[in-house]
Amino acid sequence: MDGIYLDNNATTRVDDTVVAAMLPFFTEQFGNPSSMHSFGNKVGLAIKKARLQVQELLGAEHESEIIFTSCGTESDATALLSAIKSNPEKKEIITTSIEHPAVLALCAHLEKEGYKVHRLKVDERGRLDLDAYARLLSDRVAVVSVMWANNETGSFFPVLEMAEMAHAAGVLFHTDAVQAVGKVPIDLKTSKIDMLSLSGHKLHAPKGIGVLYLKRGVRFRPLLRGGHQERGRRAGTENTAAIVGLGLACEQAMQHMHYENTEVKRLRDKLEAGILARVPRAFPTGDVTNRLPNTSNIAFEFIEGEAILLLLNKFGIAASSGSACTSGSLEPSHVMRAMGIPYTAAHGTIRFSLSRYSTEAEVDRVIQVAPEIVAQLRKLSPYWGDNGPADEPDKAFAPVYA
Amino acid sequence: MWDYSDKVKEHFFSPCNAGALDDANAVGDVGSLNCGDALRLMLKVDPDTETIQDARFQTFGCGSAIASSSALTEIVKGMTLDAALKVSNKDIADYLDGLPPEKMHCSVMGREALHAAVANYRGEEWKDNHEEGALICKCFAIDAVLIEDTVRANNLSSVEDVINYTKAGGGCSSCHEGIEEILVKVLAERGETFNPHTVELKEEAQPAKLTNLQRIKRIEIVLDAMRPQLRRDHGDIELVDVDGKTIYVNMTGACSGCQMEALTLQGIQQKLMEDLGEFVKLVPSRAGSLSRAASHP
Repeated sequence: MDGIYLDNNATTRVDDTVVAAMLPFFTEQFGNPSSMHSFGNKVGLAIKKARLQVQELLGAEHESEIIFTSCGTESDATALLSAIKSNPEKKEIITTSIEHPAVLALCAHLEKEGYKVHRLKVDERGRLDLDAYARLLSDRVAVVSVMWANNETGSFFPVLEMAEMAHAAGVLFHTDAVQAVGKVPIDLKTSKIDMLSLSGHKLHAPKGIGVLYLKRGVRFRPLLRGGHQERGRRAGTENTAAIVGLGLACEQAMQHMHYENTEVKRLRDKLEAGILARVPRAFPTGDVTNRLPNTSNIAFEFIEGEAILLLLNKFGIAASSGSACTSGSLEPSHVMRAMGIPYTAAHGTIRFSLSRYSTEAEVDRVIQVAPEIVAQLRKLSPYWGDNGPADEPDKAFAPVYA
Repeated sequence: MWDYSDKVKEHFFSPCNAGALDDANAVGDVGSLNCGDALRLMLKVDPDTETIQDARFQTFGCGSAIASSSALTEIVKGMTLDAALKVSNKDIADYLDGLPPEKMHCSVMGREALHAAVANYRGEEWKDNHEEGALICKCFAIDAVLIEDTVRANNLSSVEDVINYTKAGGGCSSCHEGIEEILVKVLAERGETFNPHTVELKEEAQPAKLTNLQRIKRIEIVLDAMRPQLRRDHGDIELVDVDGKTIYVNMTGACSGCQMEALTLQGIQQKLMEDLGEFVKLVPSRAGSLSRAASHP
């Protein structure tokens, strides 16, 4: 399919060589790795190789610290539920207000079951107050869960430092690194991170495969019991083909790490600067000097994100928005709200997320098209006059709200 | 991606009547706090005939908000103010060949803008009286506020009750957890605890005690209570037969063949269900219509 795909934080294209590596495991190599016969034995070796490839990308000390799961959400749930089950006397959880729903919705559910959940606030750039974090760490806390990089803005949290602080306080530390793995160098063996979640489809592996990294020696209670797979820590027959695909994708991510942080970053910076130079009343959100190399989140004031996306889509450009109307829930992005972005801007946030497949020509095309789309929609906006925002837009248009 | 109809796409990509209307004499500015959308509707009304000569809009909102605004201006142009006030949000949605349930509030916003603009023209103050909550039931587009208010007003205590009163949860049933959460909250307000098993208990306990004769008597009592209302409209109702959960009745007088018959039956059925504490189906008797046919050869 032709088109300009700048929504790689949502999901990525599976690399052709990854698909090719997977295919034999649907047909010739279909055996169950647990079986004694010869149909299964090569499969077991392939899974072992994939585990080593994942270990390499994460910088894990032992291959047995890699547990294959079905997705990032399962990894997050396994990590948090294991932490609270293995620490039944500890009834508090620390997380942040801008985590992925995989963590936030689970925490909200645990809250109903009597857990106290501390959601660390962020400032207008999406940064945490580490003093506030330090004050919350105590022997009442079962687990800290903080994302490595935010999916909407790409901003990093100081997880290495926060893990050290948790470790010093005797508290387990989990990080949802779904957006970071493959885009930034990670070396878990020198960190105090106890658990880490990753998701295959964010790094050019297929959907339906994830990993939970579990540091050796960390107390663990499985989410799924019923088999010896993954050393009894995640029962269920291995998704062999996807595991093999993820292994190769991790190896390729390692090879492209430099490219991601130089060329992809250059294209992202060009895209952002190009749009901001041509569109008045637009600004990047998040911690722009400390973020993923592929992500740019731009707020276009006085227009709404879904309308922008629909028009971008008409030009074959795929991106995503923090607008309420693009989610089924009608809730505006909790990330934008947490950062205190005014709603006339939060509703017009567009996330462009590049990959190593993004090209200069694509970026040039978006820089050309996006300003026209914004201008077209602003013509319809009651906050916008003939040549710019109405004087004092909040007074020029103050609707009665239901 | 939303499943928008071609009509919605057409009105979004090429909206009709977009932009400011300089000589407008009726302006309505409304917004939906829930999703942050907002709309300014501008009308040019002929003071002699109160006819809408021109209508334009400016919208801060998503694709369906812009399409709903465009549709609204097309619908009301040429209408008198009184006729325009009768345009419902459903008319707007129908004009667009439907909207996804999550987006129905866009059409509601359109109708509200219209009412606000007319109020503005007539020098009245328009107040919005509808509050919108998080969407719970996606099958029937029912939000949390409506469910909560209904539970409170009618002392409901089970998911089944909520389905009967609001339709919410009566489709795919995926939202039952959300409905239970509302029940837990409202029941706690009146000092009760939500028990997910009350329905089964009620169903087992009550009908077991009622013999068929007792049931028929209870049904007669309910129908007698409804009768004065029906007679006021020169109609009546008679019980023909009871077969399990199906109750056959005969609508007579002005009620027979009335266009509102179905609605009347629905209301009576609701009362019967509340009184008997079980699900019943009220059916206009075929025997009744046959005997009517026989008596008027």
